[in-house]
Amino acid sequence: MAKVRQIMLAHGGGGQLTDELLGQLVLPRLGNPLLNELLDSAVLDTGRETLALTIDSYVVQPLKFPGGDIGRLAVSGTVNDLAVCGARPLGLALGLILCEGLESGVLEEVMESVARTGAEAGVRIVTGDTKVVGRGQADGMFISTAGVGAVPDGRRLHPDRVSAGDVLIINGPIADHGLAVMLAREMPQMASAVRSDAAPLNRLIEHVLEKVDVKFMRDPTRAGLAGLAVDLARRTGLHVALDEPAIPVRPETRHAADMLGLDVLEVANEGKVVMVVGEEDAEKTLREMRLNELGREARVIGRVETEMDGICELRTAMGGRRILQKPYGEQLPRIC
Amino acid sequence: MMQRISESRQALDRLNAAAAGLRDHVNFMEVCGTHTVNAFRSGLHSLMPKNVTLLSGPGCPVCVTSQGEIDLFIELAGRPGITLCTYGDMLRVTGKAGSLERARSRGAEVRIVYSPLDAVALAAQHPQRQVTFAAVGFETTTPATAIALLEAKKLGLKNFTALVSHKRIMPALTALLESGTVNVAGFLLPGHVSVIIGYETYRPVVEEYGLPCVVAGFEDLQIAAGLARLTELVRDGTPRLENWYPQAVSAEGNRKAQEVIERVFEPIDARWRGLGVLPDSGLGLRREFSEFDARVRFELTEPDSTEPAGCRCGEVITGRCTPAECGLFGKVCTPINAIGPCMVSSEGTCQAWFRYRRQATQRRSDAATKG
Repeated sequence: MAKVRQIMLAHGGGGQLTDELLGQLVLPRLGNPLLNELLDSAVLDTGRETLALTIDSYVVQPLKFPGGDIGRLAVSGTVNDLAVCGARPLGLALGLILCEGLESGVLEEVMESVARTGAEAGVRIVTGDTKVVGRGQADGMFISTAGVGAVPDGRRLHPDRVSAGDVLIINGPIADHGLAVMLAREMPQMASAVRSDAAPLNRLIEHVLEKVDVKFMRDPTRAGLAGLAVDLARRTGLHVALDEPAIPVRPETRHAADMLGLDVLEVANEGKVVMVVGEEDAEKTLREMRLNELGREARVIGRVETEMDGICELRTAMGGRRILQKPYGEQLPRIC
Repeated sequence: MMQRISESRQALDRLNAAAAGLRDHVNFMEVCGTHTVNAFRSGLHSLMPKNVTLLSGPGCPVCVTSQGEIDLFIELAGRPGITLCTYGDMLRVTGKAGSLERARSRGAEVRIVYSPLDAVALAAQHPQRQVTFAAVGFETTTPATAIALLEAKKLGLKNFTALVSHKRIMPALTALLESGTVNVAGFLLPGHVSVIIGYETYRPVVEEYGLPCVVAGFEDLQIAAGLARLTELVRDGTPRLENWYPQAVSAEGNRKAQEVIERVFEPIDARWRGLGVLPDSGLGLRREFSEFDARVRFELTEPDSTEPAGCRCGEVITGRCTPAECGLFGKVCTPINAIGPCMVSSEGTCQAWFRYRRQATQRRSDAATKG
């Protein structure tokens, strides 16, 4: 493994380079059993109750894109990180870093979006912080959102519960968020039907958790579905097979990905969750998910198999097989 | 989706049936980065008959760019006042002084663009900066560069240049065949490039070298159908040139695009990774456009094309060795720490091998059939 010398954009992509950065520079100094898990939230046991704590920073450009904005993202992302660990969000902390010269109207719009998305999720901003930096020292605005949630007694979602025979279920089509942002940034002149899926999933997740014993779940954010599935295989040491024809992708999204030379499996989502459940619970999970608007297009997309090789494999539409790797970092558009 | 799956099945059945009639093992070569990627991405390699192999030729624009030119891009990007615009694929190619990605982290102004016209627009918006477009690629990307240069001329821009490294596919095919070192029974020809140059351009491959050629679209199903047809032509001993992508490719190609290329560029000798200098295989700017030539404006001289020690990209892109036969592959050379361009580009054969792990996948499917 090459030594990280200077931080590159790709170190922040949530892929292999992010793993390297954490492994070389962060974990050796800060590592502890809770942090080393690198799950979406840390689950803290106070002796009387179980709490989940998470934090995320949002630096998206442009601040506004079809289907969402940085405010909607800042609430959804943090709420989802709590929810996938089985927690009910109690409150959010909002850290704003504003750049000198930012139009107040932009901030107003973002705050309204934060409020609306918070109401959707049923969670409030209960504390916060505001800093302003000089022109050119930040790009418009950055937001950091921390969240705390309560995990009900007896609920435990963890990769060590996953076993051969389990199935992977997703709540809807992939890659909408990453492509909506990419198109807004790279081709602002183009009108496209692709809209970000950014949404708080806590109501959907809570509903399913009340009915089904879900073993583990994650939201396929920056490194996409490929990143999630590869991590799952690695952490469980089991073989994970994804069924390409079963993975929902909207035609307009696939088209945009082809045009930009990106692989939909590696593109970010902000309103998707992948649940791992026992095969016997698959039908019930699908049924319960589909009761929620955000789970209408839920599908079984893969399963955990018996080989103990820690590999994630894709069964392609053509009937072929290939091994999936975690994306590198920055998504590089292909030349033609 | 169901219909697509059944059509893929039919193409594969046809490929298998034709392969059953072959006397010997055959290699086919594709010369298109999109073919390389999609053949791996779709798992096609794991479904190929045992006696037919698909090799990747010099079709990935990044991979054929010589080391000297790559060093030139990186050197230029590091100069003060320069904004280097590039297609995303070039960002991570390593030269003597790191990559454009590393140069950017050190403060160089490197921008990823989707079209050279974006670079022209950038130059118009920032008259105080010198904007250079790293113009790489085959006939697919050349017309866009030509149009950008015409636009820059029309606008009278004094701060736009192109560092041109465009290549032509036909001289490379001819050089490969002339070298006599490549064991190929037929070519799967590129869809995109052929849209521009037209399929008649390839006629000499069939007439002078007696090898069948099939132009194929870039979807998995179209690649499989193209391979099935090539296998039939070999089995039947009927070398022909066939167009299996008629919805986009014509005999004479896109005349308008050809005219634009001709107005701006003229054929020059060019250096290819793995193939050396080939006569008339590249494109240089015509004299009327020399004011937009980055080599002229910044008085650039090309560094030596010393390729990284141990790197066999040149042999990989000419079908003379597989990535796994390279001593660096997968050990020191990985997508994260790429030594050669074939590992950097997502269209590169080495990266496709690494990412989609052909051998492991094949072993698996073999085991599955046996089981």
